[in-house]
Amino acid sequence: MTKNITELTNIIRSKNSGPYELTMDLMFNSAENYHYVSENNIINTDLICKLYRITPDQVIGIVHFEPAYAIKVTIVRPICSGDLGETDVYGAQQHAPLLSIQVDMPD
Amino acid sequence: MDEFRILSATAILGYGFPISSFEAGLARKPHLIAVDAGSTDPGPYYLGAGVSFTDRDAVKRDLELMLKAGIPAGIPIVIGTAGGSGGDAHLAWNQAIIEEIAKEQGLHFNMAVIHAEIPKDDVLKKLKDGHVHPLPPAKQLEAEDLEQTVSVVAQMGIEPIIKALDAGAQVVLAGRCYDPAVFAAPAVRAGFDKGLAVHLGKILECASIAATPGSGSDCMFGYLRSDHFDVEPLNDIRQCTPVSVAAHTLYEKTDPYILPGPGGHLDLRQCRFEPVTDRITRVSGSKYVNAAQYTVKLEGAKRIGFRTVSIAGARDPILLEQIDEIIEGVTERVKDNFKDRDIKYELLFTIYGRDGVMGSLEPVRKVAGHEIGIVIEAVSDTQAHADTICAAARSTMLHYGYTGRRATAGNLAFPYSPSDFHAGEVYVFRVYHLMDVDDPCAWFPMDMVEV
Repeated sequence: MTKNITELTNIIRSKNSGPYELTMDLMFNSAENYHYVSENNIINTDLICKLYRITPDQVIGIVHFEPAYAIKVTIVRPICSGDLGETDVYGAQQHAPLLSIQVDMPD
Repeated sequence: MDEFRILSATAILGYGFPISSFEAGLARKPHLIAVDAGSTDPGPYYLGAGVSFTDRDAVKRDLELMLKAGIPAGIPIVIGTAGGSGGDAHLAWNQAIIEEIAKEQGLHFNMAVIHAEIPKDDVLKKLKDGHVHPLPPAKQLEAEDLEQTVSVVAQMGIEPIIKALDAGAQVVLAGRCYDPAVFAAPAVRAGFDKGLAVHLGKILECASIAATPGSGSDCMFGYLRSDHFDVEPLNDIRQCTPVSVAAHTLYEKTDPYILPGPGGHLDLRQCRFEPVTDRITRVSGSKYVNAAQYTVKLEGAKRIGFRTVSIAGARDPILLEQIDEIIEGVTERVKDNFKDRDIKYELLFTIYGRDGVMGSLEPVRKVAGHEIGIVIEAVSDTQAHADTICAAARSTMLHYGYTGRRATAGNLAFPYSPSDFHAGEVYVFRVYHLMDVDDPCAWFPMDMVEV
């Protein structure tokens, strides 16, 4: 059964982590869903590169944080916050491509 | 003392809080009322221009409630990153508000004002001696960057605040400050564990954001004990659950397990989050690890010019298909028009409805809807030059003859007259580096003021 990531999470958000990094949090709605996505390495560098049209060297880290049933993805900001060409000073609207993630779950 | 109680007023001074929450906090007899007043989130302008991103009346409202409650009861009040960015101009702005309140309310107290602006010559000397390091992905600092930077601030740790309290300050107004330090410093001074105190500070600096439902404009309460701390929201509609509190540890951070700060890092790998009641969560196992070399984070912004913007929309489907060609053509025409004039400028077009929000990160590379929003932006060395370039781009785009055009009367829909706006001075971050220091207090001089 294929599920959209929004069926497995309560929160999907993005924000600056300092002016040079952009960090995205996916917080799952149950321990089971967190463990399934985490253990099957569904949120991986290749997927992030595809969703954001970036190269692997721009992915700073993908961290799994069990206490909050969360997976955190941090990437290099295309430009430093507020530089010429900025489109999102706070980085609060960069999460949208994550909402399209589909997860194959056991029936 | 076996328990240190802290009332956090709000996520950022000036964001407000309900009086009922604040009174519930006072009823729990806090040993400290503290608030973080700053952030780099709003971008480089506020640091560079020396102005606050928060509103003066809103800041005064919050501070008045805190001072009227804290001063008569003898509760210390600590404010960090005064004026939003914590430079000398921001500090003076915030100090004037406090002095105005004291005068109006007949309050008297000793106030420590701790500076965090570092003279550029001193940073330059540190840079030449190899004591300034980039925070990747930022690049190494060059002397030229520093020259163009308006002012540099450094994030102080807990030590200058402890020193101010030791000197008898009842109110501490700190310049740029590590966010958790205003909560952690008085607790460490009272003998509590630094790891727990800093972790509690990390949660309290955002006040009710760690509760569910979260809020940036409501109070939060912390109880620090020898081997754990408890957090409790002060509004009945909110709860602190293990997940909501643990989730906050992720907020605006790159790695939730290792959180660097002045002089070391917080290690949360052994951290546990447990429910005490359905509204209170207990946290234990947070550790502070001191670094071999004490470093402070430097921040600085430089002015690169002035900005003028024009806002318009377009609905013509033939135009929408040609938008790249039109932008290229307009850019070329403006360049040619002013080629004999000595104007250095940047001309940018942001296309809402295509990639206006995500820019290069946007996976959808075409206009998917029936209309677009256009922001034409010119940045140049003077406002007049920015006006000239913006006006030229706007008028050229309005009448640009693109392939297949049917609508020859005008390409743009302007919502306003005038169509062009001054966005004022433009700043960019240029300094975001670590500086080695020997004494955590030496770069943060304090004035003791009798209010």
